[in-house]
Amino acid sequence: MSAAHAMQSELPLLEVRDLTMRFGGLTAVDRLTFAAHSGAITALIGPNGAGKTTVFNCITGFYRPTSGAIVIERGDETYRLDRLAGHRIARDAGVARTFQNIRLFPNMTVLENLLVAQHARLMRASAFSLAGLLGLRRYRDAEEAGIALARSWLERLDLVQYADRDCGTLAYGLQRKIEIARAMCTQPALLCLDEPAAGLNPRETTELSRLIISIRDEFGIGILLIEHDMSLVMGISDRIVVLDHGARISEGTPAEVRSDPAVIRAYLGEDDTANGEGGR
Amino acid sequence: MAPQASSISAALREASLAAAVALVLALPLAGVRLPSGAAEPLAFRPWWVVAAVLAVFVGRFLIALHISTRRPRAFAAPPLFDRALGAMTPWRRWIFAGFIVAVALLPLMPFADRRMIDLGSLVLIYVMLGWGLNIVVGLAGLLDLGYVAFYAVGAYSYTLLAIHFDLNFWESLPLAGAFAALFGVLLGFPVLRLRGDYLAIVTLGFGEMIRIVLINWSDLTGGSEGISSIPAPTLFGLSFTANPAAGETAFHQFFGIPFAGVHKLIFLYYLILALALLTHVFSMRIRRLPVGRAWEALREDEIASRALGLNPVMVKLSAFGIGAMFAGFAGAFFATRQGFINPSSFTFIESAIILAIVVLGGMGSQMGVVCAALVLVLLPELARDLAGFRMLLFGAAMVAIMVWRPRGLLSHREPSVRLGDRAGGAP
Amino acid sequence: MAYFLQQLINGLTLGAVYGLIAIGYTMVYGIIGMINFAHGEIYMIGAFICMIAFAVLGFMGIASVPMALLVVLLLAIILTAAYGWTVERIAYRPLRGSFRLAPLISAIGMSIFLQNYVQLLQGARVKAMEPVISGGFVLMRDGSFQVTLSYLQLMIMSVTVVLMAGFTTVIHRTPLGRAQRACEQDQKMAALSGIDVDRTISLTFVLGAGLAAVAGVMNTLYYGVIDFFIGFLVGLKAFTAAVLGGIGSLPGAMLGGLMIGLIEAFWAAYFDAAYKDVAAFSVLVLVLIFRPSGLLGRPKVEKV
Repeated sequence: MSAAHAMQSELPLLEVRDLTMRFGGLTAVDRLTFAAHSGAITALIGPNGAGKTTVFNCITGFYRPTSGAIVIERGDETYRLDRLAGHRIARDAGVARTFQNIRLFPNMTVLENLLVAQHARLMRASAFSLAGLLGLRRYRDAEEAGIALARSWLERLDLVQYADRDCGTLAYGLQRKIEIARAMCTQPALLCLDEPAAGLNPRETTELSRLIISIRDEFGIGILLIEHDMSLVMGISDRIVVLDHGARISEGTPAEVRSDPAVIRAYLGEDDTANGEGGR
Repeated sequence: MAPQASSISAALREASLAAAVALVLALPLAGVRLPSGAAEPLAFRPWWVVAAVLAVFVGRFLIALHISTRRPRAFAAPPLFDRALGAMTPWRRWIFAGFIVAVALLPLMPFADRRMIDLGSLVLIYVMLGWGLNIVVGLAGLLDLGYVAFYAVGAYSYTLLAIHFDLNFWESLPLAGAFAALFGVLLGFPVLRLRGDYLAIVTLGFGEMIRIVLINWSDLTGGSEGISSIPAPTLFGLSFTANPAAGETAFHQFFGIPFAGVHKLIFLYYLILALALLTHVFSMRIRRLPVGRAWEALREDEIASRALGLNPVMVKLSAFGIGAMFAGFAGAFFATRQGFINPSSFTFIESAIILAIVVLGGMGSQMGVVCAALVLVLLPELARDLAGFRMLLFGAAMVAIMVWRPRGLLSHREPSVRLGDRAGGAP
Repeated sequence: MAYFLQQLINGLTLGAVYGLIAIGYTMVYGIIGMINFAHGEIYMIGAFICMIAFAVLGFMGIASVPMALLVVLLLAIILTAAYGWTVERIAYRPLRGSFRLAPLISAIGMSIFLQNYVQLLQGARVKAMEPVISGGFVLMRDGSFQVTLSYLQLMIMSVTVVLMAGFTTVIHRTPLGRAQRACEQDQKMAALSGIDVDRTISLTFVLGAGLAAVAGVMNTLYYGVIDFFIGFLVGLKAFTAAVLGGIGSLPGAMLGGLMIGLIEAFWAAYFDAAYKDVAAFSVLVLVLIFRPSGLLGRPKVEKV
């Protein structure tokens, strides 16, 4: 884990400041502040209903926060995610996400799913379809590059034999992996994983934690993670933010969070697997 | 398998129930006929009711018997229709190519008379409209119930450009398409942000609005009379009239053959065939491009598409506009083929027929559109004797096909790209 | 002022009828999420049954107007409801759980079928009947112009108000209403908690058809002429009303109906009658742009 710390840059990639989200009278997120860095895995944990998914939805543009700021620094550009149109958060600010209940395009093949993720780049290369319709070289090259990128992800995840199968026909565990590959094909600066281990068996979970770590180390991007599987969270996270009733009750390294009395009271006290299986 | 006594009595029960409902339904509408004028008496028709009840009883009995004697689903072989389709799948490309060749040769066949060629071009108009709407409904999953509005825009644009600005067919064809696309974009921009069903109702309303405007804006559109004497298209400046105007050359003069009215029909046939094939080739190519995949992705899951950086409004707008453009082309051809247009050619029923062609054929299937267009356009034309019944049967067929095969007759999706086809691809 | 008042009365009458039909659309949409395209035709059938019932009663020599009205209304409701039930049973129930567009296409087919069915049985020409109720109150005089509220208009409005009140009670207070609301939220859960989903949906169609029948009776009395094609435009406008008010909401359907009626009446009175439908649709588009969930609809929160 120390290698990851070395890669962590000083300036945060994502900054969430005083984020508040109300639905009618219910305050789902209450003045939440935290940061996530490039080259680091930041986990967002908390009991059910703590507001984790709401935070995700605010970051990825599905909800408009009631107040507060969400800022991404990407290259020289600064993006205010709380004001950006939903699709630009992915396209320009470089935030990719997966969903709690997988959202692949079920009637399209795995390869097609991975190509849709590269839409913005391929669209530019096809000159808004003109070059593509005429079959110009410049588009053909871009398409080859897109397929090569997709293939590299399929090879890494050992999915090449499923490339031409419809996603909807594949097993659940495979779909989870494909969704991560699809998110990575957008070449993001921040990858948001919403309960990636839900529904996976122990072997698949181990494989998943290896995958997440390899993404962090190889691409140096920031990873934001919501997860209930404490052994996974404690094993791979660089920093953990603990939420309860929409507010932050603790933040720190896995070791710090684990020994924080507030956390134990709110959450870990009821769940001793986290204490038992810390580390890898 | 012989029907069992229990299944017969169950079928009888079902049939009696259906007959009772039929009695209630038929009693007022079939049993009594309202007079249409003061001179006509009120007529009672008990025998019609009896006939209706008997027909429903027998029909329901046979259906119930058929269902109860069919082997359980899990063990049954796929129905004959699916097996036949499955056997044809590897040859799909060749069947399609053979079909195109047959269609291209049709006007040259000795048995092809004027009526057949004319009917052929009518079917091809619907094939083209079906392929155009397929981009909107089949690929992008947008329910457009007012497609005929863009067809009307194309037809009227061509007509007005030809009459007022003296543009010939080839000059105004692209403009007609562009106008229709413009209308599509203008209409689509505000409503494409809405949920799918709202789009359906707004497009339906738009279709009616266009028709109302066409009827009432008499100065421009000629009102419900419409516009006649629309110029016919020319082939590289060669007209298809018997006695061309001074300075013009007619087709038969140029080639030194005797004049025949059928030349024009054959020319129109090839013209619409070319336009339809253009639509087909365009759809096939654009499906494999990023924008085509984006359409399908949006149809599959809008939320996931947005999370991948697709701009839903722009993606939908492009599908809507391109679909409208092809309707505009088809409209221009329609106007030039008829020689006259009026608003009664652009009613909701036309939109419903085009949509039915797309959905019955199997959404997204190019060949399905051809089959459905053949059935839906040819059957009513051939069954002119059954004039009163044809729309009744048309409606009933739409319901029946949906109940029987909700995904359409030929529903098969070919991936837009395959890794397996490439060097070093998947096994 | 007097002219305005008269148009207000005409618009409200028209709107009350649209509202009754709109409820059928909104309930069906609420419960199974489909546009029941054939609902306009159900209204048309209601109008035909009304006229046929009057003709038959007249043939039998029943002269008492209140008596005849009551019998006609009941007959129209029952027989039209039977049509509503049958349409659902044949064209929609087999398609439940099928893909999104299938029921809609089936509904369009059903609409075409019903139109031609009535045309075949009753002929294509317009049917007319003598006015049954005439006369009214003169509310105001302005020179030669009289503002009248006819007995018929009064009856249409009061029947609508009574039905709306009764209907709201049904939805909020009875087991049927509860079952309906449960199915609206989650059909699977409703089925698991012992609700007969098929029966609830059937009843929804029956109720919607019953209201459409009342609308058909009212409009037949009001205009005195019908033909097999009247369902299309009225249905379209009633659906517009349902969307305008916020689809899925009963008060919304009524409000939307009244608004469409008023827009139509005022546009026809002050501008160009030929474009009154264009005006109604334009308002719909504007509302959808600025308030996509309709006037009284609840905005739908996307579940991610």
